[in-house]
Amino acid sequence: MRILVVEDDLEAQRYLVQGLKESGHVVDDAADGDLGLSLALSRPYDVAIIDRMLPKMDGLGVVAEMREHGNTTPVLFLSALSEVDDRVKGLKAGGDDYLTKPYAFVELLARVDALMRRRSPVTVKTRLQVGDLDLDLLTRAAKRGDQMIDLQPREFRLLEYLMRHAGQVVTRTMLLESVWEYHFDPQTNVIDVHISRLRAKIDKGFDTPLLHTIRGAGYMIRAR
Amino acid sequence: MTRASFGLLRTQAFRIVLVYVLLFAFSVSALLFFTYWNTRRTLDAQTDQIIEAEITGLNEQYLRLGIRGLDESVMYHSLHPGQGELYILADAQHRVLAGNLDSWPSITNDPGNFVEFDYERRLSGIQDSRRARGRLFPLQTPGGDFYLLVAEDVHDRDLTQRMFTTTLPWTVALILMFGLLGGALMSRNMLRRLDSINRTSGEIIAGNLTRRVPVSGAHDEFDALAENLNRMLDRIERLMKGLREVTDSVAHDLRTPLNRLRQRLEQSQARLSLAGSDTSEIERAIAETDQLIATFNALLLIAETDAGTARGTMTPLDLASVAADVSELYEPLAEEKNVTLNLVRSFGAKEAMIEGNRSLISQALANLVDNAIKYTPPGGQVTIRPALNFQSVDICVADSGPGIPQEERPRVIERFVRLEASRHSPGTGLGLSLVAAVAHFHNAQLLLDDNAPGLTATLRFPKPAQRNIPGPAKVPQIPSRDAAE
Repeated sequence: MRILVVEDDLEAQRYLVQGLKESGHVVDDAADGDLGLSLALSRPYDVAIIDRMLPKMDGLGVVAEMREHGNTTPVLFLSALSEVDDRVKGLKAGGDDYLTKPYAFVELLARVDALMRRRSPVTVKTRLQVGDLDLDLLTRAAKRGDQMIDLQPREFRLLEYLMRHAGQVVTRTMLLESVWEYHFDPQTNVIDVHISRLRAKIDKGFDTPLLHTIRGAGYMIRAR
Repeated sequence: MTRASFGLLRTQAFRIVLVYVLLFAFSVSALLFFTYWNTRRTLDAQTDQIIEAEITGLNEQYLRLGIRGLDESVMYHSLHPGQGELYILADAQHRVLAGNLDSWPSITNDPGNFVEFDYERRLSGIQDSRRARGRLFPLQTPGGDFYLLVAEDVHDRDLTQRMFTTTLPWTVALILMFGLLGGALMSRNMLRRLDSINRTSGEIIAGNLTRRVPVSGAHDEFDALAENLNRMLDRIERLMKGLREVTDSVAHDLRTPLNRLRQRLEQSQARLSLAGSDTSEIERAIAETDQLIATFNALLLIAETDAGTARGTMTPLDLASVAADVSELYEPLAEEKNVTLNLVRSFGAKEAMIEGNRSLISQALANLVDNAIKYTPPGGQVTIRPALNFQSVDICVADSGPGIPQEERPRVIERFVRLEASRHSPGTGLGLSLVAAVAHFHNAQLLLDDNAPGLTATLRFPKPAQRNIPGPAKVPQIPSRDAAE
């Protein structure tokens, strides 16, 4: 996958590019807004990672300009600014996701993967399947094998999000943002408790666990 | 009565005008009454003087020429009256002997004093009833008692008097009418100018710092006030912008090296783990860094919230649903700790509407619930209770933990303060400070009370659309990009 990194902190950029390359991506980099914009407009990328504050042209300006030219590449904003309303501004300018510095690389990687997945042509799915776990989005019924699973509304949304990102690492912050729509860090890790509840419902009594904890990163649902 | 006219009656300008109009009407009445009273007194004194002089003259005649001479004298005077003088000479039975009155008027027999009476006057064939003022003078002669009455027509004086009594109520009525009308116009004008100032202030409080008070161009004291307010607002806007820039630079300048630090640690961890070495030290260092970042983020958020630089992010929201969401998020955690988490719903969703920043309020409430669960022993209770009061919308989080001693309560809201008892448990010590900052941001109060046993933390929000403050930002406003730069 091709990724564009626009970041003016060269050390952070080097680390980011290296990390992404090690994860198997093809990466272009730019250190200012002007170059970033011309790269974004001239080559096809699967994801663009753009810093909020850039020399020559601000990150918001780059994305607004990209969108104006009809470029729909998913954009992940990186920001070192304070955040009460900055996220809203970033998303409003056309960004797809927003990550505050300092971030863990696994967090960034998980979000980049999620953005790429979003890019692939969206067929309207009415049913999600992972292994023998089956989620019907219309009747809102969950079934594993022949066994019906009774889910609370929030558990349903949690499972749906995990299954839409099957095979991908999903971080706690991503879950909190997507399933609960909270953009803050709860002092206690409440997400873990929700996950263990969900795990008890979908994995308990079955031979192969589907919901896996990825150490130091988050969770993943996968068939094997 | 419409709301507008109620508003008019309540204005200070109208009240002042009302007081002045009443005072003025009172002084005008007093002045008119005094003038009337004084005029009448002067006129009466004049009349009395003339009568006195006449009587003295006639008395001399009587003393010199006796009753017969007086009779002639009266007859002569009656035929040549000056300005409406009246003379009557009568005997003891009040039979008229001489004079220009047909009959003895009905007066009290009160010699020496001035009396007033009505008489019939016939002038060129027209008869009318007129009033006179005169004095009775008894004469005791050897041939019997006689009465001399000398009077003066006071019809004109009565006319003047009537003029006064009919004018007075009209004058007062006109003063009141014009005064109140003028007062209403004046107050309406002032109210309109003040309203525009109030409206602008409301919008500015709601977060739109670019608004300015309109200046009418009349160069009056309201314009002076508006100009001063605008100068003040320019300054506040500059300061807020400066503050924002400072927070942004502090954030940027600290986060960039923190970011590099974390990256280096991650890199070292990756390298060590590839080499098969023990990475637990590095992992601990990363955890410490994350704690450092969390504290910094919390501090920055508190500073930003306290400064209120993001007021444009307020939207109408339902406190009950915010409470339900947070309760739902923490319910499994409570269950795992064997603490019962109750959500009490005591009012309909519509009534719990406030203007606020959903994310900040959720975070504040999450902090309160997190704390409550943390400090409540297994088997205890935590209750989230949204409540609607007369003037406020409350969210209350009550626990059955150890509570906070009364004297410590104001202190725990301060930054970094952690009570001895909780020093060993994780946390930044900024949780309650953030709650307090969020409360401050929303003009809300954070109240800590005894739950006997336990702690009750209440966030008390003012009800929206309080008087004179127009609903802050009816359209949720996200500051434009230009404003951010």
